[in-house]
Amino acid sequence: MSHVAFLVPLFPLLGFLINGLGRNQLSRSMSGWIGTGAVFLSFLVSCFLFGKVLENGGSTDTLFYLIRTTDLSIPFAFQVDQLSGLFLLIITGIGTLIHLYSISYMHEEAPHHFARYFAYLNLFVFSMLLLVMGSGFVIMFIGWEGVGLCSYLLIGYWFSNPNYNYAARKAFVMNRIGDLGFLLAIFWIISKLGTTEYAGVLEGVAKLSSTDLTAITLLLFVGAMGKSAQIPLYTWLPDAMAGPTPVSALIHAATMVTAGIYMIARTNLLYTMAPFTQGVVAVTGLLTALFAASIALKQNDIKKVLAYSTVSQLGYMFLGLGVGAYTGAVFHVMTHAFFKALLFLGAGSVIHAMHHEQDIRKMGGLRKHLPVTHLTFLIGCLAIAGIPPLSGFFSKDEILAAAFHANPIYYVLGLGGALMTAFYMFRLYTLTFLGEARYHSDPAHPVHESPAPMLLPLVVLAVLSVAGGWIGIPEWMLSGGHRLEHFLAPIFAASGALAHEHAHLTAAQEWGMVGGATVAIVVVILLAIRSAGREKTDDQPASGILANKWYIDELYEFAIVQPIRSFADLLKSVLERNVIDGCVNGIGRLIHYGSRQMRLIQSGQVGNYLLIMVLSMVVFFLIWFNDNKIMALIHKIF
Amino acid sequence: MISAILILLPLITGAVSFAIRSSEAARRLSFFSALITLGVAIGALLPSNASILALDLPWLPVMGSRFALSMDGMSKMLCLLTALSFPVIFLASFRQSFRMPGAFYGWMLLSQAGLMGVFLAADALLFYFFWELALIPVYFLCSTWGGERRIAVTIKFFLYTFIGSLLMLAGIIYLSFQMPTTSFSISDITQAAVNSPNNTLLFFLFFIAFAIKMPVFPLHTWQPEAYEESPSPVTMVMSGVMVKMGIYAVIRWLLPLFPSVAEQYASIIIAFAVAGMLYASLIAMQQNNLRRLIAYSSIAHIGLMAAALFTSHAGATQGVMLQMFSHGVNVIGLWILADAIEKITGTRQLNEMGGLARKAPRLAILLVVMGLANVALPLTNAFVGEFMMFNGLFHFNWVVAAAAGISIILAAVYTLRMIEKVLYGSPANSDLPIADLSPNITWALVVLVALVLIGGIYPQPLIDLTKDTVEALTLKK
Amino acid sequence: MPVNYYIYFCLALFSIGVVGVLTRRNAIIIFMCIELMLNAVNLLLVAFSKMHHGAAAAGATVPSTVGADGQIFVFFIMVVAAAEVSVGLAIIVMMYRNIHSVDVNFLNRLKN
Repeated sequence: MSHVAFLVPLFPLLGFLINGLGRNQLSRSMSGWIGTGAVFLSFLVSCFLFGKVLENGGSTDTLFYLIRTTDLSIPFAFQVDQLSGLFLLIITGIGTLIHLYSISYMHEEAPHHFARYFAYLNLFVFSMLLLVMGSGFVIMFIGWEGVGLCSYLLIGYWFSNPNYNYAARKAFVMNRIGDLGFLLAIFWIISKLGTTEYAGVLEGVAKLSSTDLTAITLLLFVGAMGKSAQIPLYTWLPDAMAGPTPVSALIHAATMVTAGIYMIARTNLLYTMAPFTQGVVAVTGLLTALFAASIALKQNDIKKVLAYSTVSQLGYMFLGLGVGAYTGAVFHVMTHAFFKALLFLGAGSVIHAMHHEQDIRKMGGLRKHLPVTHLTFLIGCLAIAGIPPLSGFFSKDEILAAAFHANPIYYVLGLGGALMTAFYMFRLYTLTFLGEARYHSDPAHPVHESPAPMLLPLVVLAVLSVAGGWIGIPEWMLSGGHRLEHFLAPIFAASGALAHEHAHLTAAQEWGMVGGATVAIVVVILLAIRSAGREKTDDQPASGILANKWYIDELYEFAIVQPIRSFADLLKSVLERNVIDGCVNGIGRLIHYGSRQMRLIQSGQVGNYLLIMVLSMVVFFLIWFNDNKIMALIHKIF
Repeated sequence: MISAILILLPLITGAVSFAIRSSEAARRLSFFSALITLGVAIGALLPSNASILALDLPWLPVMGSRFALSMDGMSKMLCLLTALSFPVIFLASFRQSFRMPGAFYGWMLLSQAGLMGVFLAADALLFYFFWELALIPVYFLCSTWGGERRIAVTIKFFLYTFIGSLLMLAGIIYLSFQMPTTSFSISDITQAAVNSPNNTLLFFLFFIAFAIKMPVFPLHTWQPEAYEESPSPVTMVMSGVMVKMGIYAVIRWLLPLFPSVAEQYASIIIAFAVAGMLYASLIAMQQNNLRRLIAYSSIAHIGLMAAALFTSHAGATQGVMLQMFSHGVNVIGLWILADAIEKITGTRQLNEMGGLARKAPRLAILLVVMGLANVALPLTNAFVGEFMMFNGLFHFNWVVAAAAGISIILAAVYTLRMIEKVLYGSPANSDLPIADLSPNITWALVVLVALVLIGGIYPQPLIDLTKDTVEALTLKK
Repeated sequence: MPVNYYIYFCLALFSIGVVGVLTRRNAIIIFMCIELMLNAVNLLLVAFSKMHHGAAAAGATVPSTVGADGQIFVFFIMVVAAAEVSVGLAIIVMMYRNIHSVDVNFLNRLKN
């Protein structure tokens, strides 16, 4: 048992504080290195912790209690086990690389904005670490909202642009919709089990009825939908590309968006016990994978293509979770983190070289000018397309194989999505790097390869994209090959015991399926390169349903946002002003009016006063002599 | 003894302040007095036996009312909030000059005395006395130093809350007649209320008074106007501390007095409170006026507290107490910022602002932090309280909790919209001079931000503080 | 004579006085009507005092003063009425001097 777990999030937190508070004093290089160093230190501690986990398994470390009342206690505790250990390495490792990359990528920024950028980035790493290290749902929720905040801050990093601000706000609000589901799931768990710790929940899982399980898992999945950009809450992710490109790589590809997968993997037992939710997860994932891939086919912004690709790949991960391939999903998180970070950083390198041009129709022929970027980008494309023996092949294959066991239709559709992936990635690759240059080269600012601090992360990630999959080679290919599965086995053991065993395919059948798929993918890649080479690249406004993203944004705007706004306007200007406040003021006005009328009685004529006096006396006497009858009447009424 | 000091100190310095002509002296005196009060309030947190804190003297023997003060966890917390908010408010408005400064600060301190009294009184008549004592200075403050429409707005505000107070007074008098010997002490009143025949009627007499003060939808319309027209320090007192009077009174008086009626009508009240939350959030979403936006946001937050109060869930009640403190801190911070923004940009309309992040980076950071506390982001103080309250609400009825939860989303919508309109984009009026927050305002806000973060990361001391109140409340059932 | 007759008579006198005060505009006539009301009361007081005294004297062996207080009241009322008349007439005279009329409807300065 080692008590250094708290150091992992502490370093980025310190980095955030130093960069945030000292942003006006620190020079650019200082803040850059502080930010990078903080994450690197976390990475070192993570490696140490990971070693401990390999040796001794998981451990939990309670720092203090966030809430402790008679009926509820929520410790602020960190849990480092196989699953969170793996995520720690991914987050801090890729985080370090992206910080390093950012130092050079963001060099045009003013020093205090530069420091602000690194502060946000460190805060993000801190929140993400809380998310994965928390030993219960509440700490996870803290990190969950924290990463949402950092995502908001970083998407809107260039805050002078109203569109970027809108994108940032959209991301935050859509995430919050998911967060509400997450929060309700937490309350549901508390009301049934009285604890929010994973350990306690997993122990008490037998106490939950199947309705509870379905409701809790569905609500948790709503949270995952928001964070991991699944239908219907995915539209924020493509817009989130407004942020700086390294941010897209770190937050919107490698780490934050996989939080939903982490959550479901963490609570896998609940999902295994709720088959209905599993079906929902699988179908949602599959639909998202296909839907996003179809949109990616027609996008012309280099980052938008990658964004939709991310949404689509996340869909695959959920498909994996939905069919019970938890290891496969986590495996794909890992490999996807490598190759998608690589692709985004590569895209960043291209954008950097092209002086902030993101339209791939205005690129072309960059292979000659950006040799390193080109090569690494190609590796990324091959990896995501699933060409063996690159990392994407193994992880995607594992998910698809599990999908085949669950339902062959899943497999067919999933394979279709994989083919689309190959197509749009190589369309992107071709338009960007192959063919003739379609941009006007400015002699004063020639297109140039990026500096070494940007290339180093690319190369490291390229190596990982190639080799990262080798820890998960399926058993039927290589006996004892799937090291990851053995490593993660304790996490998914309880689920595995519950899942009914499928009839395994023979090795020959597996080889046949994989071979067929690979051939199909290669064919599609060749087709993509050919058709992209012929694609018209004139600067025409996008048309067609795919280029316009199935008009989903417009649909949301028309069907949800506008009605709410109109309704709120109605409340504000009619109900509030005229009805409620009108009643209140109306009472005042009534009294005012009444007294105005009563005033007329004071005519100033002595005779009138006397008349009133006499009449009042008469009335008084009448009451005086009939009080019994009047009281009887009153009692009869009330 | 200590409780008496908490009331007398502002009362005396307030009275002295009326005699002061110089603005500087009045300001210093009041700030100094508020600081000492804060010291005393912090001192009250130290472990000590109840007799040092409490006080019991004959007051109006004819009527059987005693000058009885007592201090349990909730009282300590709210006294601390009151004692804390005044120095911060004085500090934030240190550079502002007011007509008749002596009177201004005098009224402010008197209202502090009244608030302290409300949170300490253990005698119903005394409670009513302080309830009004807190109200009357605000009437004078608003009507003398307020904005253009101050007279109309103040009269509305005063009459609205005063009608509520009178209903409560009627209830108190009725209860006192139910007893063999006339007494207003909290234990006797409780005894009388439990045995009283007209429980439901009495419950609503009290509840309406408190509901107006909180306010609960649809009795809220005085509030946005009053917040808009009052001078900023008064708005801070009203929204930061005074609205807590209503919530406090529900926990201290209403729930112990009429537990069965409260349970009986809980669904209806919670329905109104939750409807009010959503209603106020939606209106805040469409507001173009910064002050009104904050006012409606505050109404939405109070709505959650009002709903949580009636869930009869111990955790939720504790959450409400915690949230009273947190909401006070957050909303005072927001008002300080709103005031500063108004001073810098010269407008209250959101669409006439923009680009302040460039001109006033300090303000930008502080506004973002306060805005995030307003949306109850985890690790800010509001999260813990809201978490506990939502948990209680979920326990009560999960559909209600889900409906109320929509306000979490709406809170993000309107708060981020506000931040965006104020800070981001390009400046709407580019020839305004660059002016960041002055040091006094910055320090006031830094104190508040520190409280926001401490309350969000380590709220346990505050939770423990109110434990005895919650236990007493649950034991009574 | 039964006391009822006195009562009816006084009631009639009093009502005439009231109606007079309410309907007439001449201040002097109003004054006379007020006197009428006062005297109706006086008459009633005397009647009742006589009635009580008679009842007490009938069963008593010693001389009784029962009912004398009513007649004493009458004297007081007459004195006060006389004083009032003198003040009132003075007011009417002043009124006539100022507005050359004794019509009370001109006396509406209170209204403004």
